[in-house]
Amino acid sequence: MTLRTRDLLALEPLTAEELSFLLDQSKPFQEIQRHPLKKLATLRGKTVALAFFENSTRTRISFATAASRLGADTMNLQAEASSLKKGESLLDTVQTLNAMKPDCLVMRHASSGAPDFVAHHLDIPVINAGDGTHEHPSQGLLDALTIRDRKGTINNLNVTILGDIQHSRVARSNIHLLGKFGCNFTLCGPAMWVPEELEKIAGPNTKIRRVFKVEEALEGADVINVLRVQTERQHEPSISAEDYILGYQLSAERLRLASPDAVVLHPGPMNRGIEITPEVADGTQSVVLEQVTNGIAVRMALLYLAISGDAEDAAHPAAESAPPRNRRSTDRKDA
Amino acid sequence: MRVVEKAQLMSASEIDRTLQRVAHEIVERSGGTKHLALIGIVRRGVPLAQRIAQAMRGIDGVDVPVGILDITLYRDDLSKVAPQAVLRSSDIPFGVDNMDLVLIDDVLYTGRTIRAAMNGLFDLGRPKRVSLCVLIDRGHREMPIEAQYIGRTVQTSDTEIIEVRLNEIDKEERVVLVDRVEP
Repeated sequence: MTLRTRDLLALEPLTAEELSFLLDQSKPFQEIQRHPLKKLATLRGKTVALAFFENSTRTRISFATAASRLGADTMNLQAEASSLKKGESLLDTVQTLNAMKPDCLVMRHASSGAPDFVAHHLDIPVINAGDGTHEHPSQGLLDALTIRDRKGTINNLNVTILGDIQHSRVARSNIHLLGKFGCNFTLCGPAMWVPEELEKIAGPNTKIRRVFKVEEALEGADVINVLRVQTERQHEPSISAEDYILGYQLSAERLRLASPDAVVLHPGPMNRGIEITPEVADGTQSVVLEQVTNGIAVRMALLYLAISGDAEDAAHPAAESAPPRNRRSTDRKDA
Repeated sequence: MRVVEKAQLMSASEIDRTLQRVAHEIVERSGGTKHLALIGIVRRGVPLAQRIAQAMRGIDGVDVPVGILDITLYRDDLSKVAPQAVLRSSDIPFGVDNMDLVLIDDVLYTGRTIRAAMNGLFDLGRPKRVSLCVLIDRGHREMPIEAQYIGRTVQTSDTEIIEVRLNEIDKEERVVLVDRVEP
């Protein structure tokens, strides 16, 4: 099993087999999080460029920690300090970064599709760390890994996503991953955040329903992903905190409507007392901190797969042979 | 480049007798099995370690823990191995601090795998002693590494390959010497 490209721009185009491969390859890195000495030398001498054109704390730290635990160095570009403020174009910025010869680019951008655009112009692997309202592939993978660890499977689960789904790239990555394993989705939130077109985003084989009463949405749920009420991606007037709490907050009482062993996810950072009560956030069904730990394992796997095995020379005699992977130059760059 | 089989080095029963013998040697030389544990190196070291542990149970009911170590992440030839070398899980369900560990692998060749395995082990803690047990020692070392328990020593040339085939992985049980020849 090898991946078709070294970029990871979205989960939507990946097959169930490729997604399972990524989850399985994260397992050895989960073990390393439990070691007293967590640092490997696997990517020693390699450099990972982290270009976050949109503010991020946890995802950036998670990727930086993943790179460092693999022995790689990082170059950091942050929105506030970047020359974008001085009017440089996105392409000029990333080409400048690329001229410093990193081995991989991890990028976040407020515009959907920006990492795709950049990947077409660079010959190094590009990993999407969240683009606009499109996808957040590493989050989708770490959510699936966390669910798989707790429930033993990601097949045919009832997944309820609560909150601002319209603006959520996390919800889209969840749907594109878990949908390929037969999960059924219930999307619930204020009507303006759960538009009808969301029912169609994953093709005819994925069952997605919209529900506007939280009690109905939680009934029989195996997985509940509570999204953060985000202000930075809302362009229209939103709902008041009081109304949101009344209508959609995940409380212990409401959680009892879900399946007794349902797990509660939250991509963070949490607004305690708004979308989730502290009791639920800290309760036994919450996997929020496991998500954070797994995030490093998933990102270590992604960096390892993107950067390792770059040379095209013959396999080591002791290594098992694997079919050569398609290089980007032969598949999509010419497209 | 073709690969031809030149000779069979060990049959199934010879493999079994050899593992019985090294099991005895390990118990004998360890002077007590209280802190003894076996670490099988992925892939073929794993069934070998399990079989040696089984043989030890038959000696005097000695039950030694067996761990699994995948050394892929510790290789020094990352860019030379096949693209996206597939990772397998390590599983060492015991603390290694102050343990008397025996690394188990099928073939000892350059010594680089063992170098990587020791790096991996020392990330887990500080074992008291680490020794090495291999089914075949074929020479051509590139590292100052030797095995303490050796099933058989075989003189080989650089173009030759030793293939240890085990039922658990290969559905057959023998050790063969193959050679790469120009077509």
